[in-house]
Amino acid sequence: MNIIVCAKQIIDVSEMKIDSSTNKPIIEGTPHIINEIDKNAMEEAIKIKEKNGGKITVLTVSSKDAKEKIKELLAMGADEAVIVKSPEDSDYHMTAQLLSEAIKKIGDYDLVLCGEASVDLFSGQMGPRVAALLKIPQLTYAQKITAEKEKITAERNMGEHVVTSESSYPVLVTVTKEVNDPRLPSLMEILAAANKPITEWTAEELKSDLKPAVSTLDLKGVKMDRKNVIYENDLDKSVEKLVDSLAKEGVLGG
Amino acid sequence: MIKMVLVYSDNKNLTIEMLGKATELSKENKKEVTSVIIGKQDEKLANEYISYGADQVFIAETDFDTFKAEEYADIFTKIIDEIKPELILIGSDKNGKELAARLSGLINSGCVMDSNNIYYKDGKLNAERVVYSGKSIAIEQFKSKPAIITIPSKAFDTPKKDDGRKGNITKKKIDPEKSNSKNLKIQEMKTEGANVEDAEIIVSCGRGFKNKEDIKIANELADVLKGKTVGCSRPIAADLKWLSEDHWIGLSGHKVKPKLYIAAGISGQIQHIAGMRDSGVVVAINKDPDALIFNSADYGIVGDLYEVLPKLTEKIKEKMG
Repeated sequence: MNIIVCAKQIIDVSEMKIDSSTNKPIIEGTPHIINEIDKNAMEEAIKIKEKNGGKITVLTVSSKDAKEKIKELLAMGADEAVIVKSPEDSDYHMTAQLLSEAIKKIGDYDLVLCGEASVDLFSGQMGPRVAALLKIPQLTYAQKITAEKEKITAERNMGEHVVTSESSYPVLVTVTKEVNDPRLPSLMEILAAANKPITEWTAEELKSDLKPAVSTLDLKGVKMDRKNVIYENDLDKSVEKLVDSLAKEGVLGG
Repeated sequence: MIKMVLVYSDNKNLTIEMLGKATELSKENKKEVTSVIIGKQDEKLANEYISYGADQVFIAETDFDTFKAEEYADIFTKIIDEIKPELILIGSDKNGKELAARLSGLINSGCVMDSNNIYYKDGKLNAERVVYSGKSIAIEQFKSKPAIITIPSKAFDTPKKDDGRKGNITKKKIDPEKSNSKNLKIQEMKTEGANVEDAEIIVSCGRGFKNKEDIKIANELADVLKGKTVGCSRPIAADLKWLSEDHWIGLSGHKVKPKLYIAAGISGQIQHIAGMRDSGVVVAINKDPDALIFNSADYGIVGDLYEVLPKLTEKIKEKMG
């Protein structure tokens, strides 16, 4: 079974600083990580390969250099990687086009796995967009997957309902964080990943004349003024002070 | 040619909220609003949508009984061919999101998910959405038509109902291309009726709780507070399953805005903050003085929740009489 895992390099939001004068986020200089839900997709791919055999290709589209980070997924268990360099102004439409064109170029595939969303922007549109462009079914929000030779079954968290769906191949499946616990590669695996093949394509090779359908005009700051009054040491006094403060705030009901 | 705004959700209340926003947007820019119903003919519902602001209701009659994004998206491409809308608003539940995303892929449209502010500026359509776990709001501008935007519940007010409003109802049988996927089973999600999104006061539990049984000390505090509800962070619901997912507050759980939020034994990971940052007063209880949660709190007590919570419960009981 040939599996393609789509992964995204994102900024580490927990390390993102805020400009104190404008309240705006400072993107420049924030460290990059692989979207953690994409690691769940990779883990699932490895499990499916262990059961059914086959090959795992990890695919990423990025305007920044993604080579170092993608090696983490090679170390986890991908056999090879494809990196597509995209224009700076790429939006979801362009990235989905590039992912689907790259998947067509990779060719022979049965299963495309993605995270349900990336934790930076949490939009969650990439999986279904790519499935649409590939004209294949989509099983979204999978929290449990059973892959057999002829079909794949997914238990999907649809909010108020759990929907169990199945599909023949080829199919695209998006996973949630609950689907598994991604493995941590060993030192040996990390070293071995250095020798795994990484292919690099440019956006122009795959699709020319792509223009964004949406562009981000600005990232506004969000003010979060918290009082940060912290009580320590004497617990009884702390509790008393806290209750007095809450009463003054008028939030104790009644 | 009259410009169209198309509105769709399988959730009636959400559709009505979107109709309110769609009507407001079309008043400024001379557009008509079409509400879409997929499935069985329901003229009563169609008339209700008209009374809430739809100029036209398009009923796509189909014979399938469960939702599949592939088939719904295919139906929408046919409706779009006919109506040629320049803006499509879709309800932002999980069905709606995967439908909007697939549809965007099919017609190469721009799509902004979970927008709570939509407006025209200098003739351009802008939609705002929360990004980076609530640390920022992105202003997204559409460069092409149609624009697709998904809207969460309660982002916009319910418009006034006018039973005298007139509108057209169009019915059309549409046979979409069948998908190779199949829904085998649809079960209700297990819930304990926590309803955290409507709660006024929430006592929330994190990894600082050592056993499932200990959650009762959070319950006891919640009980003495009015608007009592217990919430939790991701590990408690998703990994340990000590509470059902309706308690889960965070980026992929529920977003809450109570007037008082008490976080007990919660470390304050950014994904949790994303779910509770709009709360009124935030209280943090954690034995680690360096816990991130204290940065997002108005008041904090550094201490063991097993000691603090019972004392707090007693003190509040005293205070409130």
